[in-house]
Amino acid sequence: MNLFEYQGKELYKKFSIPTPKSTIIKSKSELQSDHGLSFPLVVKAQVQVGGRGKAGGIKVANNDAELNQFIDDILGMDIKGHLVESLLIEEASEIINEYYISFTLDRSEKKYLMMLSSKGGMDIEEVAENSPDDLIKHYISPSVGLNPPDIEHAVTNAKLDFEYKDQLIEVISKLYNLFVDNDCDLVEVNPLAITSKGVSALDSKVSLDMNAEYRHEEFQKFEKDIPIPDSEKFAKSKGLNFIKLDGSVGIIGNGAGLVMSTLDVVVEHGGKAANFLDIGGGAKAETVTAALEVLETEDDVKSVLINIFGGITRCDLVAEGIVEATSGKELKWPITVRLDGTNSKEGLEILEKNKNEKIKISGSMDEAAQIAVKAGQ
Amino acid sequence: MSILINEDTKVVVQGLTGEQGKFHALRNRDYGTQVVAGTRPGKGGEQVEGIPIFNTVKDAIEATGANTALTFVPPAFAKDAVLEAGDAGCDLIVCITEGIPAKDEAKMYDLLTTSTNAKLLGPNCPGLISPGKSNVGIMPHEITQEGNVGVVSRSGTLTYQAVHELTRINIGQSTCIGIGGDPVPGMSFIDVLEGFQLDSQTEAIVMIGEIGGSAEEEAAEYIKNNVTKPVVSYIAGVTAPPGKKMGHAGAIVSGNKGTASAKIEALTKAGVNVVKNPTRIGQAIKDVI
Repeated sequence: MNLFEYQGKELYKKFSIPTPKSTIIKSKSELQSDHGLSFPLVVKAQVQVGGRGKAGGIKVANNDAELNQFIDDILGMDIKGHLVESLLIEEASEIINEYYISFTLDRSEKKYLMMLSSKGGMDIEEVAENSPDDLIKHYISPSVGLNPPDIEHAVTNAKLDFEYKDQLIEVISKLYNLFVDNDCDLVEVNPLAITSKGVSALDSKVSLDMNAEYRHEEFQKFEKDIPIPDSEKFAKSKGLNFIKLDGSVGIIGNGAGLVMSTLDVVVEHGGKAANFLDIGGGAKAETVTAALEVLETEDDVKSVLINIFGGITRCDLVAEGIVEATSGKELKWPITVRLDGTNSKEGLEILEKNKNEKIKISGSMDEAAQIAVKAGQ
Repeated sequence: MSILINEDTKVVVQGLTGEQGKFHALRNRDYGTQVVAGTRPGKGGEQVEGIPIFNTVKDAIEATGANTALTFVPPAFAKDAVLEAGDAGCDLIVCITEGIPAKDEAKMYDLLTTSTNAKLLGPNCPGLISPGKSNVGIMPHEITQEGNVGVVSRSGTLTYQAVHELTRINIGQSTCIGIGGDPVPGMSFIDVLEGFQLDSQTEAIVMIGEIGGSAEEEAAEYIKNNVTKPVVSYIAGVTAPPGKKMGHAGAIVSGNKGTASAKIEALTKAGVNVVKNPTRIGQAIKDVI
């Protein structure tokens, strides 16, 4: 789960990582007249998309009049399809130098990766492309961790200002602790700045590993403040893995790989999927019923494709779920069903017994996709 | 010979007393797998349908000679369970558990590989089956058939789809292996490809990948230099939008990294026949054997 900048900075504060003094508002009335912040102030749109500065989502206000103006301008703005619903207002920093630092898990090396660069404040992928020598990579063994001598070595190699060495080592060490202790998939600070007041994290990009939600109470608090489509919320409450996409063929399948593949095969036959929906392993009848309910909330769906290959999942239970969700109802769209694997014979018999003229059965994934695409045209 | 497991494999099931563990362990045993023991701290001395339960893996190995662990314990305890199995001397650990935090997986892999010689398959994988010999995991054995094609995949149900396409046209399999869709899998495509290349039973290989990471690109490089047997591949997620985790924690296109097209290109360059639709895997294998 990707956090907003202000949420990431809340975590920074918890780990005593210096950030500019700030406040977060969702409407103008939330800005206290005695906010205690000193001008100039930076008004920053809180959106999870790059290039917000260029899009006019970041402005520097020198007085109250400008501050009011910029709040009006930016709140509610649309930045690349993302609505600005909150603003971070923080004291502007006098920047002496801008650096880049990030921690991630490197999947090939199976180790943590620290990346450090003296070229902060710009697109790091461009730095990696154009001047790879300016990007220092340091792999960290998860069972050993990151020690101050390692950091000093990286700071030296990255040619960061040695005058601030001790402060940098301290801040980098705290960022690493945040990355590990808080189960982050990513901690990125760009820029990590040397300011007139010392080292400061001016931006934050933090992504949390939701598999670790059970051991971090605050993950839920952050999640509540991140807007997701209602259908995704509803699906999550039913234990379904649902992602809204922009086509018109509704997809229900079991297993991430098979569902992903189903989306591809639908495209191959000239259609486009309206969603990704994985009912997971061992789904019961009610799981399938819930999956169909989720699709009913989606206006764009014109046709539904159910593609099941039973392993732990039993096709007879899937068929029961389909019957339960559809019998005695005027269906909004035609459904094409493909059942294979565990108890598929029993499943097909159940569908046969409860015939519904809007439900078509197909013997193969490929043919089912074809029928579903055609049915939605 | 198949790879990794055969008729001599002796399995100890961690979490045998749980619903999932019991269901699949008994299915594995019914298939003919030697499921010799289960573990559950505090329940040593009990039995599950005739399978003895021990407090620790070490006790189970001493009493039964188990050499392979099958792990069904919940995510919060999976790391310790896998490390326990490694310390106790298991040669192979098959971790089915889904939803383990990435940091636990990274530490688990690090500690296991630095302190033991155990091989880890998974986590978040369907396990493996050598048809006619042994099934260790949750794959539906009904769709398999003994034969000469090795199957390796990052996805569970897509593995079933591929195996089904082979069996349907009477092409059997040597061993079918799901390496799992998590960010830090134990065995990689390369580890399995190496096994298939050396295995006398395996004549051709099916490799199923998906978006995210660079495991397929690394496998392509390995195939180019080391694999002489024909390889057919399929990559899922060609149409997946960037920045979205498609179910598997590892299946995400970040920026321009991890795309299906880069993987397909790398594999094609390595001489692999990459099919565009999983239903064509069977025919593609038929063409090369």
